[in-house]
Amino acid sequence: MVQSLDTLQETPSQTAGPYVHIGCIPTFAGLEGIYPEDLGKRAIEEGAKGQIITIRGTVADGTGWVMRDAMLESWQPDAAGKFPGQDGADPKVNGFCRFAADAETGEFELRTVKPGAVPAPNGTLQAPHIAIWIVARGINIGLQSRIYFEDEDNSTDPLLARIEQRPRVDTLIAKKTGEGEYRFDIRLQGEGETVFLDM
Amino acid sequence: MTDQGRLIPRNRAVHPVPYDPDYKTSMTRSPSLPLLSMDSTFTEETGPRFGHNMLGALDNNLILNWTKGAAPAVGERILMHGRVLDEMGRPVPHTLVEIWQANAGGRYRHIKDTYFAPLDPNFGGCGRTITDENGYYEFLTIRPGAYPWPNRGNEWRPMHIHISVFGHSFGQRLITQMYFEGDPLIDRCPIAATIKDRGHIDRLVAPLDMSKAKPMDFLAYKFDIVLRGRRQTMFENKPEGM
Ligand SMILES: [Fe+3]
Repeated sequence: MVQSLDTLQETPSQTAGPYVHIGCIPTFAGLEGIYPEDLGKRAIEEGAKGQIITIRGTVADGTGWVMRDAMLESWQPDAAGKFPGQDGADPKVNGFCRFAADAETGEFELRTVKPGAVPAPNGTLQAPHIAIWIVARGINIGLQSRIYFEDEDNSTDPLLARIEQRPRVDTLIAKKTGEGEYRFDIRLQGEGETVFLDM
Repeated sequence: MTDQGRLIPRNRAVHPVPYDPDYKTSMTRSPSLPLLSMDSTFTEETGPRFGHNMLGALDNNLILNWTKGAAPAVGERILMHGRVLDEMGRPVPHTLVEIWQANAGGRYRHIKDTYFAPLDPNFGGCGRTITDENGYYEFLTIRPGAYPWPNRGNEWRPMHIHISVFGHSFGQRLITQMYFEGDPLIDRCPIAATIKDRGHIDRLVAPLDMSKAKPMDFLAYKFDIVLRGRRQTMFENKPEGM
């Protein structure tokens, strides 16, 4: 026998299920009025500094089918790389946003400010990115990933550098489709599978 | 925003397997390639914070919040209560806890739920609260009914409440489900069984807690939630510039 550890273990995850919207985006499920407004409705308020961008995309399953029931969350810093709550952070940047795949088309849309670079643990900088978290029926534990941008310098980003199979880096990079517009399609499984993170 | 050291890497052994043929939908919605494991960064260690001022008076009372107090929901009245802690056993104060559930008949108020158990006009099915300074939270609600769902031939979910917790960093984000002590459907549920160790399923089963039940009013169930902790040693100071 040995001494017992006094640490606890994390509560196990369970799938968010098909009705996650009831709890997280009530108006999407048809529960208007239960709260004044859905949580995380906007990543930014009017007047946020920096380039305002829109990222559109889909979440596809292992067969390539675009899912209609996925819910996503994003977390990011402001244009200067400061997270909400940090000294000097842009008060118009909420940083957090919640959005759902459209029930008909499966398309999601995130309107936000292009994030700035943030420090990496080794003292260098991480390329500008937005953290995302994806839940849905059939996803037993929420999937972490990141959105990077094709028009930024991603060459020294420590996370992207860790991806051994170089073509897979591309799955984390949003493609510019117009001025201030990007495309970011997520594939949960199979050909072109997005890189998911354990961080 | 918080920064107090790297997150303790997730022990995936306590969690469900992503791919489980007994839960058919998971077969096409689970990554088949390995996750990229790395130490957390500032991005994962910070996270949104929500203030008590965003809460309405009835937000954690699902018996009354849908009708704004006009009429109570149908069902067995229960208090769901517990504490949010981290792996180091420290309380997680001032963090948002959201729940959603079916009504007493097992029907969700959702455009996609077509089960023929009736909607309760007095029940919405969601609530939210923020933990107090010691990490405690509570909800007043009704016990949800079991409900059938398409998977194998005759599949029923045990009574359960869905729970979403933020913690203080985006890397702590967790969604789970609370089950009820004594429900025979837990053992037959392929979703509960995506967790392969029975001991860890048991950690999702809330015991009846008569110490918190109110005579002539409601029963109580206790459900504590543990989020990822921070790794800190005397030899690990904050990196420069963070
Ligand atoms: Fe459910």
